[in-house]
Amino acid sequence: MAAPAMNNRMIKWFDDRLPVFSFMHHQMHEYPTPRNLNYWWNFGSLAGVMLVIMIVTGIVLAMNYTPTADLAFGSVERIMRDVNYGWLLRYIHANGASMFFIVVYIHIFRGLFYGSYKSPREVLWWLGIVILLLMMATAFMGYVLPWGQMSFWGATVITNLFSAFPLVGDAIVTWLWGGFSVDNPTLNRFYSLHYLLPFVIVGVVVLHLWALHTHGSNNPKGIDTKGPQDSIPFHPYYTVKDLFGTAVFFIVYAAFIFFFPDYLGHADNYIPANPLVTPPHIVPEWYFLPFYAILRAFDFDIWFMPAKLLGVLAMFASILILFLLPWLDTSRVRSGTFRPIFKWFFVILIIDCVVLGYVGAKAPNDPLIASEETVAQENEAYNACVAKADEAGKVGEDECDKPFVVQYVHLGQLATLYYFFHFLLLLPILGRTERTLPLPTSILEPVTKHGAGAGK
Amino acid sequence: MSGEGAMTRRIVTGLAATILLGMGLATTAQASGGGSVDERHWSFQGIFGTYDRGGLRRGLKVYQGVCASCHGLKYIAFRHLQDVGFTEDEVKVIAVDYTIEAGPDDAGDMFDRPGKASDRFPSPFANENAARSSNGGALPPDLSLIVKAREGGADYLYGLLTGYHDEAPEGVVVPDGMSYNDAFPGHLIGMPPPLFEGSVDYEDGTEATVEQMAADVTTFLAWSASPEMEQRKRMGIKVILFLIVLSGLLYAVKRKVWADVH
Repeated sequence: MAAPAMNNRMIKWFDDRLPVFSFMHHQMHEYPTPRNLNYWWNFGSLAGVMLVIMIVTGIVLAMNYTPTADLAFGSVERIMRDVNYGWLLRYIHANGASMFFIVVYIHIFRGLFYGSYKSPREVLWWLGIVILLLMMATAFMGYVLPWGQMSFWGATVITNLFSAFPLVGDAIVTWLWGGFSVDNPTLNRFYSLHYLLPFVIVGVVVLHLWALHTHGSNNPKGIDTKGPQDSIPFHPYYTVKDLFGTAVFFIVYAAFIFFFPDYLGHADNYIPANPLVTPPHIVPEWYFLPFYAILRAFDFDIWFMPAKLLGVLAMFASILILFLLPWLDTSRVRSGTFRPIFKWFFVILIIDCVVLGYVGAKAPNDPLIASEETVAQENEAYNACVAKADEAGKVGEDECDKPFVVQYVHLGQLATLYYFFHFLLLLPILGRTERTLPLPTSILEPVTKHGAGAGK
Repeated sequence: MSGEGAMTRRIVTGLAATILLGMGLATTAQASGGGSVDERHWSFQGIFGTYDRGGLRRGLKVYQGVCASCHGLKYIAFRHLQDVGFTEDEVKVIAVDYTIEAGPDDAGDMFDRPGKASDRFPSPFANENAARSSNGGALPPDLSLIVKAREGGADYLYGLLTGYHDEAPEGVVVPDGMSYNDAFPGHLIGMPPPLFEGSVDYEDGTEATVEQMAADVTTFLAWSASPEMEQRKRMGIKVILFLIVLSGLLYAVKRKVWADVH
């Protein structure tokens, strides 16, 4: 890599002493990128754009927000009504969280399909998971700040999860709250951390990019670039492609901000927090729903482990398991394009995650298929049967068949089972047994040859 | 396009559709509420929707004449009315009718003064306890955000205001001080039927039927919940048109830049 031509003597003088210009030229201009990246590769830079938008709008919102239990809700309404374009800032920020997650989820699933986690990109993958975890913590604490009903009760439910850990659980929860319930100290520390963590994310993003630029981007064929003919400079090719993608993405984003700003939120969060009134359904934001479904899938104890602890462990495991993915997936072929069986299980995994999200939004014990009336009738028949048996001097509960109703939680259990099956059993076995399609010899080789080659 | 590439593309397009559909399902799932509510057409619906100005004026009248005896509107200042067609003088006249507690004065005493445009609608009760004790234990919520704070929004509010029955369905026992309502979750509501034929006198000659008043006050409260809506939608149309043109231009640039690679 040659040093960039510097015509300006001042810049050259500075660059000799601190080579920021050369560095930027290498990393953002001439950085060799596989020439065959498809549009799914846009979502990495989009995530970066979202991070910047969130930080900028967040800083300005913070200038107008009051992190005190008595004033937080009112200060948000003041932003919405009396701060110039405050509503715009807040809607950009609130919908931005959702957009950030959708972008990052697509980015992750892109990596899952094209094997971007495989050698030599394991550390790059790990750093991505760390970013996801930090994002989740940041988003969760951000949702608490408006101090509406869902803020308050969401915070109560999620922080309470830590009480599931034996011995230290309750102490951890008290420590997190800064008291004996979610209250002003909780709001204060969440605000502080909500301001801090995005900058930690920036730091990890820098590491993520460093790791990325060490071995370069993966690509849809999942094979290594073999020479200069396989790659093109990042600028102008991918800068313009990313810009185009960003503009298209902004259309969707803007539609939410300007026309459906509260669609992804929950009506209850426009009711001020009230510790004495619990909302009928406490649901997290949509991007946490799959994890919420895994948490609630465990409605049974195993041996000495209570259901709550199992749910918490499973929820954390569902993300932590991704750290092991580079070794769980034993296939040497990176790209799902050349893995005919994996491809379909990948589709099933996505459907599985969507199902988990759907279940997460529902009350777990609502009937899944049967109508409320049918269930009510069956329960009535059962109660009548029990009463009759009791009258006859028998134990009614043994005599009568308790009606079995398929509930959302059952679907959630099935989906949770598949999620862990996919990563822990399927991928290790599939990688060893699957007959993959022949890999192209180079990135340059047009994919059409492969179709023609099948007849040979 | 190769078979392989097309296949991959089809799979990923399908996946994208699935994810979006899933998002939709998950959010509509969240939206399922308790009572039954019919959808109605509102002037403020759709991307070009605006608040019906006549409805807003009549709705304010209904709020002042009926709702305000129990419900506050604490996030709305009188001056906010200027955003939706009230003149400065009209706003001053509305404000002056209210008594606002101000102070302390130089002697340290609170005093009453007539309202000013910058004041907010005073709440009818000094605090929650006072509100509950006057309302049989129930707390009449502040109405500033009510349309955003209930699943179903404007349709729910209209359904609630018009959903009262003199007679509850057979088998439902309505306790003293409660009423039966179609829209309210659980159907038993502490608020007695608020609207009766002719509860207010409309200045514009509109007949004050229960439906008319319910629709008007719903329009007014939809505005009080989202006063920025008209500005937001106007801006949104411009922003999206701009982005569509920008995307088209960027796509053309992208094609040109990539011409030598393909």
